[in-house]
Amino acid sequence: MAVARELPVAGVRERRWRRVQAFARNRTALVGLVMVALLLLIAVAAPVFAPHSPIEQSTIHRLEPPSREYPFGRDDFGRDILSRVIYGTRIALLAGLLSVALGGILGTAMGVVAAFRGGRTEAWLMRLTDVLLAFPDLITGLLILAVLGPGLWKMIIAIALTITPRFSRIAHGPALSIKRRDFVEAARAIGVGDARILFRHILPNIVGELLVLASLWTASAIRLEASLSFIGLGVRPPTPTWGQMIRDGTVHLTNAPWFSLFPGLALLLTILAFNLVGDGLRDALDPKTRV
Amino acid sequence: MVRYTVRRLLLAIPTLLAVLTIIFVIVRVAPGDPATAALGDYASEEAVQALRQRMGLDRPLWVQYVRFLADLARGDLGRSLITGQPVIDQIRHVLPYTLELTAAAILVGLVIGVPIGIVTAVRRNTAVDYVGRVVSLAGLSVPAFYLGILLIYFFAVRLRLFPALGAAEFSKPGAHLHALVLPALSLGLIEAAYVTRMTRSVVLGVLSEDYVRTARAKGLPERVVLFGHALRSAMIPLVSLIGLFAISLIGGSVLTEEVFARPGLGKLMIGAMKQKDYTMLQSIMVVYAFIIVLINLVTDLLYGVVDPRVRYE
Repeated sequence: MAVARELPVAGVRERRWRRVQAFARNRTALVGLVMVALLLLIAVAAPVFAPHSPIEQSTIHRLEPPSREYPFGRDDFGRDILSRVIYGTRIALLAGLLSVALGGILGTAMGVVAAFRGGRTEAWLMRLTDVLLAFPDLITGLLILAVLGPGLWKMIIAIALTITPRFSRIAHGPALSIKRRDFVEAARAIGVGDARILFRHILPNIVGELLVLASLWTASAIRLEASLSFIGLGVRPPTPTWGQMIRDGTVHLTNAPWFSLFPGLALLLTILAFNLVGDGLRDALDPKTRV
Repeated sequence: MVRYTVRRLLLAIPTLLAVLTIIFVIVRVAPGDPATAALGDYASEEAVQALRQRMGLDRPLWVQYVRFLADLARGDLGRSLITGQPVIDQIRHVLPYTLELTAAAILVGLVIGVPIGIVTAVRRNTAVDYVGRVVSLAGLSVPAFYLGILLIYFFAVRLRLFPALGAAEFSKPGAHLHALVLPALSLGLIEAAYVTRMTRSVVLGVLSEDYVRTARAKGLPERVVLFGHALRSAMIPLVSLIGLFAISLIGGSVLTEEVFARPGLGKLMIGAMKQKDYTMLQSIMVVYAFIIVLINLVTDLLYGVVDPRVRYE
């Protein structure tokens, strides 16, 4: 062991590069990353990809089966399902990424502040975190949305608040142990301020774990958004969302199964993409799990 | 064990109280007056005031809070704002359906997930492992409500093997179980994906322990090493995971009940949310809180049984 400790330790930059290499070697993770990139492209350039208007109705063509012109078929208002699925990518990614960004920042701040302050602040914040964590994400999300009322921004806030305690729990532990490490003590001793310690020493050390959590929770946030829309509490029509489309299609499962099956497939692939990236990141950052 | 049990029971009380307080606060800060919501926008001012008085909404917040806790202690969950019926009766009617669905899903998850998890761990980095990992990751990515729709489409609409919607009365066990199959699968198969991954990583961890190597070194057959040494200690973390699975399945049951139009706590909750039936919503949340705290408690106690070290912390 003593010998091992004397070996030259790889520099931070070198270690980081090795993690990137480990991630790139992980083929499934790379597939996930490519899928996420494609989804972002589709969301941004939806008008380019969509062959038809996502909201233009044509009741004489309602529930038409998939054809060359309309590969995913038409819905109960005669709208093109493929175009609606393409536009639906926007709401899914917006809700997924934004709620994780919001909840992630808020939760990380909570965890780190709790670790730094200690005492009563820490006790209260972490107690609150534990209580919120006890509930399944969907029930927390539903309860918050019941209070806020329906709508895209309210839903994003509801999902963000559901995610917050997950991040504060993860950020708290490492922040607590790093706070006690010698290099932080040393920095403090030479008069470095709290903010600088936080951004120079604490955050860089937990950013990997937070990134893994963020990509896995983006997958969950997209699932939550679809679930809430499926229940009928999400974005109001006619804005196309996958959850809403799946719900509208269930009524026609016997005569027009494509109506809910295609949006569901898009949802599944999107969640899979973020899960693959999260899994790959975790393997790259923590060699122990790469077994 | 008695001391441990008592300590866990006492620890559950503040958690439950904290959850109840959060529920109380959230329902109170909800925009819109519950009385107005119940009577509709066209109700007269007097009628709204009368209902507010009857519901105790005109009293100070802390009086309402104390009364809320006192009512709960007596097992009184209030009356529905919409139907006027005692909430407890409706909950008592639907609760068995939710509990049964959750239990069935846990069973499906364990029966499928544990063996696959063990096999993929033992045959690490082989084709079996690779397929198992890909399938379980895909399983994690399927939303339960979508899997429910797929199952309905293939097994009810196309093959006509199972009923698509609803649940049968408990008095008809055959039809009842028949209607339970698809909902239980839609929740349980996804849980199986989680169980597979957890089991795999737990078993992998145990297989790299020194005592497993010792067992192998002294020439024990692989079967004895695996079942006698490795899996016995791998079961300890899995027991605590069952509690986590149960809680996540309680959450998943909300959507499954909605998809299959099954009676249950989740379906009741969504109905209450859409009708703005705040007493109903509050009571359902309280029931969920009780169930979750209870599951955590049972998990902790079970953990104390399988792992004696926990009891002497």
